[in-house]
Amino acid sequence: MSVDTSKVATSNRTDAATASKPSPAGSLASWADDRLGLATAMKKNLRKVFPDHWSFMLGEIALWSFVVLLLTGVFLTLWFDPSMGEVTYEGSYDQLRGIDMSSAMASALHISFDVRGGLLMRQMHHWAAMIFIASMMVHLLRVAFTGAYRKPRELNWVIGCILLLLGTLEGFTGYSLPDDLLSGTGIRAADGFLKATPVAGTYMSFLLFGGEFPGESIIPRLYIVHVLLIPGILLALIAAHMLLLVYHKHTQWPGPGRTEQNVVGYPMLPVYAAKAGGFFFMVFGVIALMGGLMSINPVWKFGPYDPTKVTAGSQPDWYMGWPDGLLRIMPSHMETVIFGYTISWNVLIPILLVPPLMLVILMLLPFVEGWITGDKRDHHLLQRPRNAPTRTAVMVALMTFYGLAWAAGGNDIIAIKLHASINQITYFMRGAIFLGPLLAFWITRRWCISLQRSDNEKLLHGYETGIITRSASGQYAERHLPINPTSAYTLTARDRDEIYAVEGDTDASGVAAPNSRSEKVRARLSSWMYQHNVQKPTRAELEEGHHHAEHEAELQSGLDHPADGHQFDDHRLRDTDEVPLRDH
Amino acid sequence: MRVLNRTAGRLSRHRRGPLAGLAVLLLGLLISGSLYTAFAPAQAQSQASETDQIAQGKELFLTSCAFCHGKNGEGVPTVRDGYQIGPSLVGVGAAAVDFQVGTGRMPMAQPGAQAPRKKVAFDDDEVAALAAYVASLGPGPAIPDESDYSIEGMSEEEREEAITRGGQIFLTNCTACHNFNGAGGAMPRGGYAPNLHGVQGKYIYEALLTGPQNMPNFSNGNLSPEEKRDVIAYLGSIQDTPEYAGFTLGGLGPVSEGLFAWILGIGGLVGAAVWIASHTTRSKKDKVNA
Repeated sequence: MSVDTSKVATSNRTDAATASKPSPAGSLASWADDRLGLATAMKKNLRKVFPDHWSFMLGEIALWSFVVLLLTGVFLTLWFDPSMGEVTYEGSYDQLRGIDMSSAMASALHISFDVRGGLLMRQMHHWAAMIFIASMMVHLLRVAFTGAYRKPRELNWVIGCILLLLGTLEGFTGYSLPDDLLSGTGIRAADGFLKATPVAGTYMSFLLFGGEFPGESIIPRLYIVHVLLIPGILLALIAAHMLLLVYHKHTQWPGPGRTEQNVVGYPMLPVYAAKAGGFFFMVFGVIALMGGLMSINPVWKFGPYDPTKVTAGSQPDWYMGWPDGLLRIMPSHMETVIFGYTISWNVLIPILLVPPLMLVILMLLPFVEGWITGDKRDHHLLQRPRNAPTRTAVMVALMTFYGLAWAAGGNDIIAIKLHASINQITYFMRGAIFLGPLLAFWITRRWCISLQRSDNEKLLHGYETGIITRSASGQYAERHLPINPTSAYTLTARDRDEIYAVEGDTDASGVAAPNSRSEKVRARLSSWMYQHNVQKPTRAELEEGHHHAEHEAELQSGLDHPADGHQFDDHRLRDTDEVPLRDH
Repeated sequence: MRVLNRTAGRLSRHRRGPLAGLAVLLLGLLISGSLYTAFAPAQAQSQASETDQIAQGKELFLTSCAFCHGKNGEGVPTVRDGYQIGPSLVGVGAAAVDFQVGTGRMPMAQPGAQAPRKKVAFDDDEVAALAAYVASLGPGPAIPDESDYSIEGMSEEEREEAITRGGQIFLTNCTACHNFNGAGGAMPRGGYAPNLHGVQGKYIYEALLTGPQNMPNFSNGNLSPEEKRDVIAYLGSIQDTPEYAGFTLGGLGPVSEGLFAWILGIGGLVGAAVWIASHTTRSKKDKVNA
């Protein structure tokens, strides 16, 4: 290993350094510091260290697209008129001129065609919303797959789940506002969902709509929910989410020098301020490009909402697609009539029961895992997905369920684009929604375990060099070389899984231990979770492996990188000093 | 200077070119021929040609259509009640034939949920002959005239009104299957409402009139000829209007928008995150491990 001298001072000046006159920015900073005490507060935080990995920036996409949403949203409120009062459209769009519509729709058209930059802002707002929720989801998957939701971050996980729910509701209230044919169809569906609630459904619907659907109150009500109520809660929760991030400090991948007690990375200033600031402009840029080039929600083609009309391809935005898919594959005849009242299981199950249940399952994941493992330690080092095969498989199973339901929500588009029968797609999905997650669970878990085995192979027998040698007797064998100590450290930087065992359900005098039933369940779950996992090799096994590989290890002594394998043959890479370039 | 002075080298400036006589003769024939066609007693002539046409149509029908529709267009039932290999064509009219054969849907390549639009198997005269033959089997809707579905010759204001009215009729009657953009949609059991972009007005009119395949029949009592014309005008106008909003992403609604949000939006931004994370802020290229 060569010594890194890049950080050694190079100056050998003899005169003492003197303070120069402070710059204007410096004096301004002192002025502010004298009055606000900024230096004390900032000193620590500006140097706060964040670890570097692309997957740690996924939540940032959500944050920055939320900023874009706020900016473009403010622009839109300047012209949008959230009223269901009827007007006759007299704007620039020819095909709708002279048509009666609500002020909401007319002002949405006005923003699109008669306000400078209005259509760009509308489209940016809509694309940013799609990206906001999508990035929350990929961020959620990263956190789950790496086990970052373990103690002490369980509550931040719950806040994240609530943010996802609120983002979805915010999206729904937003795309319902223009009062076009598609959004009206969506509100009509929401009205149906409310009314499917047993006993209280009709009352809830009347309360929300201020009477029978559609009434004149729904748009102004959704508007205030969309621009004030939910954004307020979102802002507060985002603040809490990020304060907790600062308080907990960011998780990091294991590696040499990285422990549960430190964070290795770059400081906020200047590195992360520049990186995050730059990323904001990239997110803004991508959203601006999409808003400028790609049509989204062309309300002028939908026309104003009218309960007698509907269009093919009436889907909600993507994040509401999976409940819609569950609704589409639900057998329609599932209804029970009790004393003349209908219980619509066909709406109740896919819309009012399963989605909230999924959200609860999602929120409980860290708590259930913590209960099964009984692990009360703080975790700041992440786990590779393969090293928690059951957790990874559970997440993939949930993703598969989500993905299948989501795809079912686009069954008509799949049918026309793949020239398939919509009925067959629906029948397939009805089976796949149950079998798919199970299959995905099983495949993922086996896959993870195989990867764990492969890691152990690497630790014990080295990596495959790709050099095939033939022995004197004619046998072919691939040569292996030991991996370098850094990789070996990283691969072994994980805990051994311990299967929880009940110590005995009765005490010495034969009295049943308290909670023994739940402890038994816990033990069974723990064994289900861990029993097939491959544990990292023991010290003795590793030493045994090294002993075997002593000869190979010699080949790379003195190298600061793994040997390339050509030490075995005559094809090792030479540089020009050894082999002169051809002269001609 | 022969290029400029075209008479140079000729014997006389008044002498005609050698082809002039022939040209005059041809012109004379053309004029007298067209005058005759215009003013000749048309009745007897067209009746004779119609009989010929029907005979030609029958010939074509027997080779290309009779296998499913029967030798006299009476349809071929199967052993299962209510099912047919091909339906009876008595009374479907010339419009149905012009639509089905003119767009290549008939003759069918194979039985299936729906006959797809494909390469047209017959030329215009043959289609006309088939239409005439089927029309002779029983009274049915005739092939519409261009004036039925065109808004040419209307004033600018009338045109705009027609388009607006057509849009509302389209949204009320058509979008449930054909989608708000006319991009098409799915029907049960593998059927589909086809994309309407680039479909000639005549065929849309005929489809409305005859209700082919899964489509309901919009008779003249249901949608008046003027209303049909307005729908066609609206469809033409949304194709002619520039896409103000950019790429339409297939005009399929939120599903394709979601696809693009994920692939381009999230895909691109995750790519950006990978790029940012793989670069340090140092000016030197070598990566510092941190």
